[in-house]
This record gives sequence, structure tokens and C-alpha cells, in this order.
Amino acid sequence: MSLVVNLVLLVFLLVMALAVLKTRHLFAMAMLFGLYSLLVAGLFVVLDAPDVAFTEAAVGTGISTVLMLVTLASIKDGHELISTQKSRTAPLIICVLMGGLLIYGTHDIAELGEVESAPHTQVAARYIGKGKEETGVPNLVTAVLASYRGFDTLGEVTVVLTAGIGVLMLLGSRKKIRIRKVSNGK
Amino acid sequence: MANDLILRVITKWLSPIIILFALYVQFHGDYSPGGGFQAGVIFSSAILLYSLTYGLDAALQLIPEYILRIGASLGVLIYGGVGVASMILGGNFLNYSVLGSTPVAGQHLGIIIIELGVGITVASVMVLLFFTFARRVAPE
Repeated sequence: MSLVVNLVLLVFLLVMALAVLKTRHLFAMAMLFGLYSLLVAGLFVVLDAPDVAFTEAAVGTGISTVLMLVTLASIKDGHELISTQKSRTAPLIICVLMGGLLIYGTHDIAELGEVESAPHTQVAARYIGKGKEETGVPNLVTAVLASYRGFDTLGEVTVVLTAGIGVLMLLGSRKKIRIRKVSNGK
Repeated sequence: MANDLILRVITKWLSPIIILFALYVQFHGDYSPGGGFQAGVIFSSAILLYSLTYGLDAALQLIPEYILRIGASLGVLIYGGVGVASMILGGNFLNYSVLGSTPVAGQHLGIIIIELGVGITVASVMVLLFFTFARRVAPE
């Protein structure tokens, strides 16, 4: 059953990626990226990672799609991608090389659920064995994120705040500067 | 989109449910999947839906921007404050065990409070990002 679900999700993921490549309309592209994230969230659920799936569905499908659409809406024209006649051999070579390197890199990743792999033999055993006893929290992911790795999470929250401050400093001026003046039409 | 009756009605019904779900994810995060980050994003998506349907001005009336700025900083302050509080009570920074009567109770309390801080910051920053971008959209 899991195989069928995986297969369907992965095939649709591939279809979505090709559709993003094929489409010339940037609004459609933003929506397709949202769908892509939703499929990835589905894959995370199949991999028994509902916490990550939650985040992927909410951030990837919801927030970032809306942000992309708003960014597109604030630009009056330029919603179509203009294809140029430039040679495409150099990008193709770079992509193939990069893809080859990534596939080569996957050989060093331990098998899914491999007990002997490094992360499972070090701290994870302690978290799984003692986590509920030490923190009183049944959801192990929350226990690890909030308690054992409290410092990391503090850093993450600070990063979110810093990103917000950065955007506010760049775009938050009260004067409402338009990205582009409306020259034709109105 | 502001004049679409179906969208307006659906949004009116859906927003409270999304916010309720966000609160569930926030405070039930130690028993079921979820936590502060997810809850914050879900909460902000309710506000985003509202402002997409009813317009930015209505959403700004609902949550003024200065509240979001305060919220974004307040969350990090709560998180850091728990760390400092645990230092004052004699533990290490962010060691929640000293917060309660027993180490486990302290851990549980600390986790709930810092998750709340994470949720407040993430929700505020996400809505703030959207408002900042949306303000640049020229009126039609």
C-alpha cells in the first residue's frame, strides 16, 4: 500500500516539476510550486514525519505561495517568461554535473531506518529511551526541539525575527514606494 | 476579490476554525504532532485568508501593525526570559528542570512556555511579511 502511495506521489512530483519547467506564466508557476510542496508534505506523512509535513504544508503550500503571488501582483507587467534564443548547452552541462554529484552523494547516506547508522547509535538512542521519562512530553519531536535542543530552537526563532526585521527595513517604509510606476493605461 | 459573496462567507466561517486549529496545534503540541512553529504559521494563514478576501485595510483594522511588531519581539523575549528565569532559579540557561517542583514538571512547563514564544514570534513575523509585501500592491 505504502509503495502505491509513494509511487503516485513521486510520479505527480515529477509531473509537477516538468509542468513548472514548461509553463511560461509566472502565476501558474507559483501555484504549481505550491502543489509541489503539498506533494512533498504528503511524502513526509508517508515517511512518518507528521511534524515536518505540517510545516511543509503550512509554509511551502500556504505562506510562500501567497507571498509569491503578492510579489507578482505588486509588479504590473512581466508576468510572462520570455524565452530567449541563447544557447542552453552550458546550463544543461551544469545541471547534469550537479545532478550527478548529488546522486553520487546519496551513496553515503545510510539506508532509511538503518539501526547501525551514526545518528541512531549516538544521541537518538538516549532521546528515544529516556525522552518521555525526562521531559514528561509524549511527542518526542517536541521534547527534542524544545528541551534537548533548546539552544538551536532559540536560534531559529531569532532567525525568524531577524528575517522579519530585514524585510521591514527594506520594504517597510511608510512612503509606499511603488516598485514600478504605471506608465501606460491609467 | 472583495465583492465575491461566496469567498466572503466561506472566509467568515473558515477563519475561526483555522485559528482554533492553530491553538490546538500550539497547546496540544506536546502530545500530538505540531508545536509553536506550525501553530504560528497556521494562525497567520487565517489572517492571510482574511486579508486576501476582505482587503488589507480590514485586516489592518483587525491586527494593527504595531501589535505585530511587538508580538514578533515578545516571542523571542519570552523564550529568552525562560532561559534567564532558569538561570536565576539556579540552573543552566534553558534548563527547565528547576522551574517546577519536580524536574519533569519543570521541563513540561518550560516546553509549553517556550513553544508559546515560538508561536507568537512566527505568527507575527509571517503576517508582518505579508502586510509589508501587500502594501506595495497598487490599488486597482
